[in-house]
Parts: sequence; structure tokens; C-alpha cells
Amino acid sequence: MAVQYGSRLKRAVTFYIPLTCLLVGTLFPFYWMVITSIRPDVELYNVKMNPFFTLHPTFKHFLDLFELTMFPRWAWNTLFIATVSTGISLFCGLLAGYALARLQFRWAPSVGTVIFITYLVPPTLLFIPLGDVVKTFGIGDTPWAVILTYPTFLIPFCTWLLMGYFKTIPREIEDCARIDGASRFQAMVRISFPLAIPGILSAGIFAFTLSWNEFLYALVFLSSPQQKTIPIGVFTELVRGDVFYWGPLMAGALLGSIPVALVYSMFVEHYVTALTGAVKG
Amino acid sequence: MADQRIEPILAKSAASGASAIPAPIVVVAVPKLGRPKGLGHLLEREHILAGVLLAPTLVILTLFIAYPFVLGIWLAVSDKVVGRPGNFVGLHNFWVNLNDSIFLRAFQNTFVYTFIATILKLMLGMAAALLLNQHFRFKRIVRASMLLPWIVPTVLSTLAWQWMFDATFSVFNWMLMNAGIISRRILWLGDGTMAMGCLILVNVWRGMPFFAITLLAGLQTVNPDLHEAAEIDGANAWQRFWRVTLPLIKPIMLVVVLFSMIATFADFQLIYVLTRGGPYSSTHVFGTYAYEIAMRAAKLGQGASISLFLFPFLLMVIVFQLWYIRRGD
Repeated sequence: MAVQYGSRLKRAVTFYIPLTCLLVGTLFPFYWMVITSIRPDVELYNVKMNPFFTLHPTFKHFLDLFELTMFPRWAWNTLFIATVSTGISLFCGLLAGYALARLQFRWAPSVGTVIFITYLVPPTLLFIPLGDVVKTFGIGDTPWAVILTYPTFLIPFCTWLLMGYFKTIPREIEDCARIDGASRFQAMVRISFPLAIPGILSAGIFAFTLSWNEFLYALVFLSSPQQKTIPIGVFTELVRGDVFYWGPLMAGALLGSIPVALVYSMFVEHYVTALTGAVKG
Repeated sequence: MADQRIEPILAKSAASGASAIPAPIVVVAVPKLGRPKGLGHLLEREHILAGVLLAPTLVILTLFIAYPFVLGIWLAVSDKVVGRPGNFVGLHNFWVNLNDSIFLRAFQNTFVYTFIATILKLMLGMAAALLLNQHFRFKRIVRASMLLPWIVPTVLSTLAWQWMFDATFSVFNWMLMNAGIISRRILWLGDGTMAMGCLILVNVWRGMPFFAITLLAGLQTVNPDLHEAAEIDGANAWQRFWRVTLPLIKPIMLVVVLFSMIATFADFQLIYVLTRGGPYSSTHVFGTYAYEIAMRAAKLGQGASISLFLFPFLLMVIVFQLWYIRRGD
């Protein structure tokens, strides 16, 4: 009995306690978002009250959010932008990934290297000249300003991931189709692409969350309130000078996090594959 | 060329189809898929097909990465401000930067922020990965929820942190005061050092899951037999970690660290949201200061020269990574 108790204690100290600390630390800010968004202002701005729960939950902050801002419009913008830029990136990444993994051509290694390098270029390096480029093309302050620039970091990622995926599909499957009379193009579209669907899904989920969350390009390229995405809108329209509307802010933060968290929770395994595949290459 | 090669094979399989039983499948497939003609004929050549497949990617990357990069270098050596064409000024902008105390502070901050945050993320991420690598109930749901800080928009979670660091209503102050540890409120974002500490904390909170999950994937490839063998040889848990696990996951660890360093080095949103570079411009990094100068002060040339300071570091990491990948081949 004593031995068993000792090993349980050891397990608690070396495993359950650290794990619990880790989970609490990880999730506490989300709890804080939720509790802030449902506590009435009189409680929020009263240092005497226990801030961890409320006996008077309210939806006022959510109503304020919809009244003060164009939140539904931002949600639509974010969804539209994330979907279209993910679609463009998947299309380009699928074709490029296939070419780099399967086709024999002289420039393959150099093109692969160039795409890998662009994968590592951070938006912070390019946002100032890119702002100029976007204006030159006449797409400043329109959704296209970000729809066309997000692929700069999404395509390299999708290409990289799908290239790795195509390499795991045996070439022989395509060869069989070729022997049966399929053209090079048909073998690619009808045989290899359908087999790559799990990889496409992984790349798509990852790209979607990245574009949903993007901040810098959207902040610089989108300026009018009706064009903003959720992260930009919540940050710029609910902070006026030094005044923070904490209730609506946290309500907006919560509502802006839920869709992407939902998409993620539906495809956790695909997301993790993309995340780990992204670094393994 | 390709056509001619396929022809005899088809003829042969069709001919053998006359005598063998399963062959009709082959014969039916031939007319249905048809022979490539015209454009299709060109696509049979692998280098032409490759060109077609790569074209959309290369067009987008040229227009929105290569061209802006060149333009950025031009801006950095010009005195361009918003609404007026710029003139060539040589290295003037860089000279101005190096004599600007806020810039020098941002320079230092960028390195401090990157190195401390990366080391902490690696250590905590490794600890989390080792915990998650054990067997326990609800493992999947724990792992999934651990990634949440990484999934949700950083701006939105950083706003929650900003509220938790609020000068008057900080929940940390409330806890510490009620526990009797402090008697006066701590101004978390009140001075440069403290604010930098908070920025690093939030960055670690956000980036640690990425380390944990990728390192966990690395740990899962380690053969448990090796651990057993080491245990039989008398190695304790600590030695097994240092001598068996660590060398095996070193490659993936290195890549994760490099990726994270680039992202942290070029970070913008977390700092911009939490402190906006304040108080008194003491927590700027390259990204936020470049934004401040280019977007708020409208000095595009000066701003471009600041963000260009990211480039040497980035280049070093890229060269190292490419060298490391090639070495592996």
C-alpha cells in the first residue's frame, strides 16, 4: 500500500501537477475573455469585487459590440478574405508542389530553393514597399489588397507541404494510368490530385487559420471601417485614444476567436500534420 | 516523343487483351481518355508542364515579394515621404537610424526579445512535449487545447493580456494583493524593463504550443527500445533524456528554433497591440518602429531602411537552414 501511495504521489508531482499548471496557464486568458465579456460594467470597473466570476451575467457587451461597430461586416470580410486567399494559395501550391515533387526539369532545385526562401520572408520586411505596390495596382483599401498578398506567405507553405505529400505517393500509381492511356496531365489531375486530398486539407486548414489571424498587412492596406477584418476592426475601432471599451473588446475577441477555433477543432489532426510537416519539409 | 513510346505498349496490351480475360478494362480506357493533341501534346513534355504548373506561383511571388523587395531597397536609399516622389539620398537613412537613440533601443530590444523568448519557449515547449508524450486519459483533448494560444488571432488574445495587465484592474494585482504579497499595485506595462518582461511572457505563452507540438512529433519518432536499453545499462531518467532523446530529436529541434527565431525577430503584432512600443518608445522592435516611422510619421524611406535591418539576420538564418538541409541529403 505504502509503495502504491508513494508512486501515486510521485506521479502527481512529476506529471499531474505540472500538466495542470501548464493547462491553466495556457487557457486562463481565454477564461478571462469569456468572463470579462459577460460581466456588467459596474463589476468590471470595481477593484473590490472578485473578478473571477459574476452573479449577474449580461449580454450587454455583445449588443454594444454590434451597435458600436460593424462587427458582422468584419466577420464577413474575414471569412471572404480567408476563404479566397486560401483557395488561391491551394491552387498555386498544389500545382507547384506537384511540379517540384514529380517532374524532371533543369530548374527544379533552384525553383524549390527560391520558394523555400520566400517561405521564410516575414511580412515585416516588406509591408512598406508592398503598400506602394498595392496602391499602384489600384487595389488599396479593397479586400483584394490582402487576398492577393496573403498568398505570398501561404503559397510557399502550401507548396512545401504538398511537395512533401506528393513524394509519399508512389509514382507507380501514375505510371499505371499512363500505361492505360492517360496523358501526363490527366494522370496528374485524375490520379495524383485525388490521392493528395488529405494533404490539401491539411494545407487548407493551416492556410485558413493564418489568413484569418493576419494583422500587419490588413492593418496597413485596409483603412476604411467597412473593409476591415476582425483582428483589425476590434483593435482599431474599440480603442479610442486611451479609452478601452473592455467589455465589447473582449466580446469581439471571443467572437473573433471562436470560428477559427471551431475550424481547428474539427480538423485537429490535419492541422497538427500541417504544423509538424511545415518544419520537417 | 512520349506518344511514340506509349503506342507500342498500348498495342501490346490490346493485343494480349484478345487472349487474356481481364484485358477489356484496358481496351475500354484507351478511347475514353483519348490521345493528347495540340496543347495536350505540349503538356506531355515535362519541362513545359512544369513551367505551366509553376507559372501562377512565380507570377504572384514576383509581383508581391521580389518586386516589393527591390522597391524596398530603393525606398531605403531615398527620402520618400507619403504623397511626394523620393530622391536618392544614399545611405543617409541608415546614418540617421544609427544616430537615433530610439532606433538603437529598438535594435537592442529586438535581440533581447528574440533570444530570451526563444530560449524560454524551447525549455517550456520541451517540458510540455515530454509531459504530453506520456500516456494519460483525455490526452487528445489536452493536446488540442494546448494549441489554442497558437490558433486564435494573436491580436485578440494579446488584447486579453493587455486587460490582465491593466494599470488599475489587473487580475494579477488583484490576486497578489488578496494573497497579501503586495500592498501597492504593480504597473505591469509602466516602465521599459517590466513591459519588455510582459511582452516576452505573452510571446512565450503564444509560441510555446508550437514548440510543444512539433517537439512532441519528434519525440514520438524515438524508438522506446533505445530507452529500455539505456535503462538496463543503468542510465537514469535525466541521462536518458540527455544522451538518448535529445541527440535523436536535435534536427527537428534546430528547425523549430530557427523558424521561431525568424518569427520572433520579425514580430510586430504582439508588441504593437500590447505596448505600441511604449512607454516612452522603450519597447520598440524593428517591426513596430518601422511602422511608427513609415505609417504614422509618413516617412516611407526612413521606415523602409529600418525594416531592412531585419534582412542580414534573416539571410544568415536562411543560409544556415539551406546548408543544413543540403547536408542532410
